[in-house]
Amino acid sequence: MNKNSIYQKKIRMSDQVLKMLINLCAALALALLAGIMGYVFYRGIPQINWQFLSTVQSSAKGTFGILGNIINTLYMIVITLLIAAPVGIGSAIYLNEYARPGKLVRAIEFTTEVLSGIPSIIFGLFGMVVFGRLFGLSYSVLTGSFTLTLMILPLITRSTQEALKTVPDSYRSGALGIGATKWYMIRTILLPSAMPGILTGIILAVGRIVGESAALLFTAGSGFQLPGGLFSKLFESSGTMTIQLYLSMTKGKYNQAFGIAVVLLIIVLGINLLARYLTSRFDVTRQK
Amino acid sequence: MNIKIATSDLNLYYGTNHALKNINLDLYENQITALIGPSGCGKSTYLKTLNRMNDLVPGVKIDGKILLDGEDIYSPKVDATLLRKKVGMVFQQPNPFPMSIYDNIAYGPRIHGIKNKARLDEIVENSLRGAALWDEVHDRMKKSALGLSGGQQQRLCIARALAVEPEVLLMDEPTSALDPISTLKIEDLMGELKKKYTVVIVTHNMQQATRIADYTAFFLVGEIIEYAPTTELFSRPKEKKTEDYITGRFG
Repeated sequence: MNKNSIYQKKIRMSDQVLKMLINLCAALALALLAGIMGYVFYRGIPQINWQFLSTVQSSAKGTFGILGNIINTLYMIVITLLIAAPVGIGSAIYLNEYARPGKLVRAIEFTTEVLSGIPSIIFGLFGMVVFGRLFGLSYSVLTGSFTLTLMILPLITRSTQEALKTVPDSYRSGALGIGATKWYMIRTILLPSAMPGILTGIILAVGRIVGESAALLFTAGSGFQLPGGLFSKLFESSGTMTIQLYLSMTKGKYNQAFGIAVVLLIIVLGINLLARYLTSRFDVTRQK
Repeated sequence: MNIKIATSDLNLYYGTNHALKNINLDLYENQITALIGPSGCGKSTYLKTLNRMNDLVPGVKIDGKILLDGEDIYSPKVDATLLRKKVGMVFQQPNPFPMSIYDNIAYGPRIHGIKNKARLDEIVENSLRGAALWDEVHDRMKKSALGLSGGQQQRLCIARALAVEPEVLLMDEPTSALDPISTLKIEDLMGELKKKYTVVIVTHNMQQATRIADYTAFFLVGEIIEYAPTTELFSRPKEKKTEDYITGRFG
């Protein structure tokens, strides 16, 4: 055979071995996820029935249900986002569009990054002492929401900032160049363009709210009753699903705990699907 | 001929960099004026001073006077958004907004408070016709403007600028990102535009300047070396530097 021919396919041993190792890693990661999900569902699904989802626990009747906790979780999501989303998006707009780039902006960015790395129990400690005791809000939805706001504000601010940074400058000059004011340009061009990124940040934040327990145990409390009233609820002790999961575990009631875990997993999955749908729905660069 | 924009003793600094030096230039109404010169000579910078887009760059300092119809555009009384309505701009890279063709054109009129649907429809159609794009897009007005070709996008940006009924149109190398056929279409269009507007265009392409411009100004390191009717500047340049540049000896 001609020595210069390209018909001399070689088998490169090291390539083959590496490829196999990498495939193995991927398979392991997948197997772990599937294993955990599978076991949780296997233990949890039998616990879930109509009573589990539609009542609250009653020691008199000896029944168990998590409706109160589901409602508490929803309250926590809505109230926290009502505070954190406007503030987070607003501060991101300020940092990216109005503040002069410099030391101050970098200091704030650094601070927000550090904040998002703080263990959540520290937020819980701070929230309990400041909002619960000092502000006199005790164990309540508000104390919990304020605490969670501190926790997820950096997340929303940073993700909004990143989203704004990806909007091309040519949009800005184009809009200003035909006489748009800065705020009009931000409202009509920047925010819609950045919307997928902003939504992703908010949905990640929802994920953290749903999953948080350490920061809530001593701020939102562990109440499991149905709300006394739409607004009075804000001041009632309100344990979320993760708190109830924790309480069930401490009592050794693992079946209950697995039941709650299944509901949580389904919600988290739902949030992820919603995130995907919304980001594509709001993607203004689609060329339809 | 009426002077539309009169620039006198204009100096511009980016920090310590003296980017425009003693610019004196009269731009005539309903004429196309081309600004030529090598990269970094200040021609784009000068263009942007005409609708105060340089205000957005941190660290810019400007002195001197630019009069638009006798009004100083750097007077503290000026509302920059009204100025930019009168003096529209088309950029080097087509920059349609990520919205429908219709909404792109209606963007400017809506800023200035026009909400009536029939009135907007009329403005959108006239602007697209003015930019010679109507025939190509009238049946897909609700589609995203990002789906248009580069040349169409640039004409869309011209239409978007026309929609606020400007008096002056600034064009910063509007064809440098386009193919020859799209370029030709935009050059043809400019001949039409000058009947209604005063056009100032920055171009790297000297043939383009000779094809379309009535007047040409040659910039070099922040100064205007020569300013004359285009035919004169290219056939009988008075300055040695101009001659060197247009004959391709540098730049």
